[in-house]
Amino acid sequence: MDIAEFLFPNDTHPHWTLMIVIYPYITGLVAGAFIVSSTYHVFKVEALKPVARFSLIFAFAFFAFATAPLLTHLGHPERALNMLFTPNFSGPSMMAGFGYIYLTYGLLLIFEILFVYRIPMIEMLENKNTPKWRVLIYKILTLGSRDKSPDSYHMDHKVAVFLGGLGIPLASMLHGYVGFIFGGVKAVSWWFTPLMPVIFLLSASVSGIAGIILLYVLIKKWTKTHLDMMTVRALVKLLWTFLIFDFVLEMLEIGVHAYGGTEHWHHIHELLSGPLFYTFWIGQVLILTAIPFVVLGFLTLLKFSDRVVLTLGMISSLMLVFQVLFMRWNVVVGGQILAKSERGFLEYHPLWFEKEGILTTIIILSAPFIFLWILGKIFPLWNDDDNYEIKHQNDHFDNKIHIKHEKNDLIDTKSIN
Amino acid sequence: MKLNNFLNNKNITQDVIDLDRRGFINKFLEGTVAGSLFVVVPMGAGDIFHELAEDHEKNLLAMNPDAKYVFIVDITQCIGCGSCCVADKKENNVPDGQYRTWVERYVIDMLENVYVDSPNGGLNGFNEQRTDIENEIRDSFFVPKLCNHCEDAPCIQVCPVGATFTTPDGFVIVDGTHCVGCGYCLQACPYGVRFINEKTHTADKCTWCYHRVRKGKLPACVNACPTGARKFGDANDRNSEVSKILHSPAILTVLKKDLGTAPALFYIGKREEVV
Repeated sequence: MDIAEFLFPNDTHPHWTLMIVIYPYITGLVAGAFIVSSTYHVFKVEALKPVARFSLIFAFAFFAFATAPLLTHLGHPERALNMLFTPNFSGPSMMAGFGYIYLTYGLLLIFEILFVYRIPMIEMLENKNTPKWRVLIYKILTLGSRDKSPDSYHMDHKVAVFLGGLGIPLASMLHGYVGFIFGGVKAVSWWFTPLMPVIFLLSASVSGIAGIILLYVLIKKWTKTHLDMMTVRALVKLLWTFLIFDFVLEMLEIGVHAYGGTEHWHHIHELLSGPLFYTFWIGQVLILTAIPFVVLGFLTLLKFSDRVVLTLGMISSLMLVFQVLFMRWNVVVGGQILAKSERGFLEYHPLWFEKEGILTTIIILSAPFIFLWILGKIFPLWNDDDNYEIKHQNDHFDNKIHIKHEKNDLIDTKSIN
Repeated sequence: MKLNNFLNNKNITQDVIDLDRRGFINKFLEGTVAGSLFVVVPMGAGDIFHELAEDHEKNLLAMNPDAKYVFIVDITQCIGCGSCCVADKKENNVPDGQYRTWVERYVIDMLENVYVDSPNGGLNGFNEQRTDIENEIRDSFFVPKLCNHCEDAPCIQVCPVGATFTTPDGFVIVDGTHCVGCGYCLQACPYGVRFINEKTHTADKCTWCYHRVRKGKLPACVNACPTGARKFGDANDRNSEVSKILHSPAILTVLKKDLGTAPALFYIGKREEVV
């Protein structure tokens, strides 16, 4: 029996387009970067120390623009605060929780940054070479504190560990709930799976870690400063770990769906073998997942020179950053082009100059990088930019490991080049 | 007097139709008088409109939380004339290309191929035959669609700001002044009845003409249907037509039952091909 195409007259084009594709993408980068930072702060993975601060600032830069695509999308952005004032908790609406989780997470992120940067900020405040505008900012952000004693350093450290620990479940919630927004929609069979929040969370971690690797290496190469290969290797391992779970769960989800073979699966099957064939199977799975999966596996399991790790790690990270963007597209747009009439597919081709078009997307996705650059002027992105931590190494329980790393494994970018 | 009868019996069908004739004449006279005054005393026109609005409020009936309103579509009666769609569009000022209700035409050929279409939502009726069907046609029928006013409405569940809600008398309504236009309800509705109104930029959908029902009138589409394919009333009122149908041996089904939305829109004669 052939099924001739028919769409419900109101269901002719996807309503959630590029803005809603990049919104989970941005929050995913936030969550992923925070996980990198907390892996050092909470789980004491020393190799990640050089990017621990940067990850926090990276997370904040993207966090600041997480609502930009949403506000661009809303029919009435001026009513956006209704979500905070009259949240629908009786449904409950997953979207209603966003404002609260987003704000709580934002506060935590800001406090974490303030505690991690308190002493460096005091040092820069007291440095006579610091420009006046920055001194003013530091005066505000240190809230009048001038205490640089080892005791206060340890206190900062304790608070940062606590906030980092609290931040892991909160960052997971922030992104897990984004997955819930899609996973809870029973009307869209491509979305309706309990695994959706988990898959979103894991792919978020993948994109965040990959983003950190890319920017760490690029910025260090660009500024011709000290690049820690231990860190790159540790990040590559972390990236592969998350990729394994992400990829396996995504495939299992489809596998179980297919095995069950319900009516819904037949629609999904048509979707995956039809309009989503190139973006899902070829783009997301075959090229952007399978290749980095194998490459990162080799990089993790076998010994390679720094140059190989750096080059292949960069390429894999770049591919994975796009893989997650493809995944968001395939979920968000894919679910909507599945017609609710169950007879065919909707069409969607983004335009360059529409309100939620490609140009707007590029602007919103570029904004966090510009903001990151501005933030970098205020908060030194790298731990070796100030000497305070080294001065206090004696107080730190893990100083031996750190010194060992410094002696043996630190490689100047120049030597790699 | 008729109004009192209506309140006492809650027999929403015949009484309301009678009431509607009177209502029409009343409104016609009101309109004529108001219109002529508008010409004569242009400066005071605002007051006239204000008075008319007050009169509107006076006509509102008390909410009946004990009622269980249901909508029944008898597919075997629908002739695809599109009167319901025209009435709805005019009553609710629905923008072109968006639909609070529509009619689908199903054509099934001898090889069990199913062809569905709904040109302009059935607004112009179905005057032209499909020419793309090669095989002999076995069967053809029309299926009117509208909001299901689900008891467990997914659109209400997902609305982040509570702009969509169920009234105490069971209608699923959108508060256009509170809606943020996020479109989550459009995703959640399995029936595709919601749209973002291109004029207001807020979610919009069929209300079963709640504004009319609260004045003792029938929904505009029910009122306009020449064959009685659309029926509306209180299922808890034993004398209502819908109650009689619900208690009859007629086979009533709902759309996408497995999604557990518990629609209050029932179909008589819905084939399995209808989604």
